[in-house]
Amino acid sequence: MNLAIRDIHHKQSRFLLTALGIGLLLMIVMGMAGIYQGLSEDALSFLECAKADLWIVQKDTRGPFAENSKIPWSLEDRAYALTGVAYARAFVSHTIQREYRGKQMRIVVQGLAWPRDDGSALPLISGRALGQAHYEMIADKSLDLVLGERIPLGKNVYTVVGITTGMVGQSGDGIAFFTISDSLSIQFDIPAESVRLEREARRSRLERQDTGKTQPSLLAKAYGPVSQIPALGTQYVSAIMINVAQGEAPERVAAVIAGWSDVSVYSNEGERELLLMGIERNRKQIGMFSVLLAIISSIIMALILYTLTLDKVHDIAMLKLMGAQNSMIIGLILQQALILGALGYGLAYLFGLWIFPHFPRRVVITNANLIHLAFIVLFISFASSLLGIWKAMRIQPNEILS
Amino acid sequence: MKIKINPDAPAVEVRSLTKVYGSGNTEVVAMKDVTFSVRRGRVAALLGPSGAGKSTLLGAIGLINPPTSGSIAIGGCQVMKDSSPLVDVRAFRRKYLGFAFQKANLIPFLTAVENVQVAMEINNIPPRKARKRAFELLDYLGVGNRADNLPSMLSGGQQQRVAVARALANNPSLILADEPTAALDSYRGRQVMELFRKVAHEQNAGVIVVTHDHRALDVFDEIFEMEDGALRFSNHPTS
Repeated sequence: MNLAIRDIHHKQSRFLLTALGIGLLLMIVMGMAGIYQGLSEDALSFLECAKADLWIVQKDTRGPFAENSKIPWSLEDRAYALTGVAYARAFVSHTIQREYRGKQMRIVVQGLAWPRDDGSALPLISGRALGQAHYEMIADKSLDLVLGERIPLGKNVYTVVGITTGMVGQSGDGIAFFTISDSLSIQFDIPAESVRLEREARRSRLERQDTGKTQPSLLAKAYGPVSQIPALGTQYVSAIMINVAQGEAPERVAAVIAGWSDVSVYSNEGERELLLMGIERNRKQIGMFSVLLAIISSIIMALILYTLTLDKVHDIAMLKLMGAQNSMIIGLILQQALILGALGYGLAYLFGLWIFPHFPRRVVITNANLIHLAFIVLFISFASSLLGIWKAMRIQPNEILS
Repeated sequence: MKIKINPDAPAVEVRSLTKVYGSGNTEVVAMKDVTFSVRRGRVAALLGPSGAGKSTLLGAIGLINPPTSGSIAIGGCQVMKDSSPLVDVRAFRRKYLGFAFQKANLIPFLTAVENVQVAMEINNIPPRKARKRAFELLDYLGVGNRADNLPSMLSGGQQQRVAVARALANNPSLILADEPTAALDSYRGRQVMELFRKVAHEQNAGVIVVTHDHRALDVFDEIFEMEDGALRFSNHPTS
């Protein structure tokens, strides 16, 4: 006869309510691990999707994710020309915050190296990849935009042609993909008056120099958009992503690029480490909070089991009087602790499945996290039963006479 | 020490049992120099006012409250010498002693039959066999029809019968009952006392009942009276 089960059955509602409380606590512990996992996956989402072998960034920086990096766009062609490089793409990324539909919307603007990269490798859930050089965008579903929606950004309006999933930046803001030139337009959008003043200043500078005097066509262009005067205006991107040719060792290509004096190069794994270093503090913060919660859960569970044991002082005394061995009484308390832990764990998982998707940032519960938590719950159950067992062992059979 | 019970020996035999609580100025002698025995198949009453030492004596015999000095033999087996047990007291209680109290002390989360069954399972009797005997015992004591009820659904008298069934579960040599009828009306009280008599005679167990109730003394084979910790008077109504 299993006394633990009989007792639980007798006090079903009380036990369930207790398990509910434990479940909610464990759900928070589970959620903490899930938040960290979510942070990591969010941070790595583009890196995983881009599948670049190498990243060329500004010399001596840890860009483009861990810190700012600025390199000439023309480096894309330089890298492309290298032996063993199959693919080179410029990478531009910056975050903007604009008011849209009466709400503040934060968007990570990311450039795609159109036409080499039209975004078809992205995890599209509806719509299509970019179909033209300008005024189209692919938005992550977390931005809450719909296909065909027209978003004014800067001086242009962009149409949503595709929707991705799981593409968010380090801060959890949804990524929107544009062509690189569009993303630069958005990034460097300045008021018309500023443009006019800058163009005027540019022309006046040129007029004072020999270049302006000897090249009238350049002088004429100086009053136009900066992108139309390549001799004067170099456009910058954050990084260049390289994919090496099949059979080529990325290390060899990286060694060649490392010899260039104006840039630094990182492997994809190196970028990944740099990215994760960026959220290391968050990981520690969340980890410490999780440990604290686990300790609190243990204490609460211990108090609950102690109270459950106190409720049974008379029954335990009677069992001892009848000659029950300690193992039977320890088993009663330990089994209840384990059942409480298991039930709490199950409820935590179910609550998590229900509640976590509604969190503003992703909470990712992995199998590894679930297994870790199962062991933690097992440990908590054992540890928390000790107080109850200690009390039960002190109960004397003669207490039945009192 | 290997336990050896002699079926021909008295159910219990105590010699010069003394129990002292505290020491010096706070010393209280709860029981002094008590000597008596009860044979198997006999039911004995232990009378006396509150504080006379009845429960102390019962606790000592029940191996739950060791005496300060004296000896106790149960079924011819020496179980206690002074304050030292000579046997594994928990194992001995499990096999050879049965208990009933003023309160039935049934385990509230077990049904009537499970309350009896658990006493046997503690004694390593297989669950199926234990359950069968538990039903038989409840039938024997007239509460078979309430076997599947929780204690909270039973009347005081029914609970006490279940408690007696539990006390009988392992065929004990000795049953100790501490004011088992105190919470019952006189009719039901007498019924329980008669039940003990029936059990003692039919199960060949010695029964000691601590009681204040003088109305059912005719039920007992032997009567002992305690006062100020001493066994002052004994009477054998049937002799």
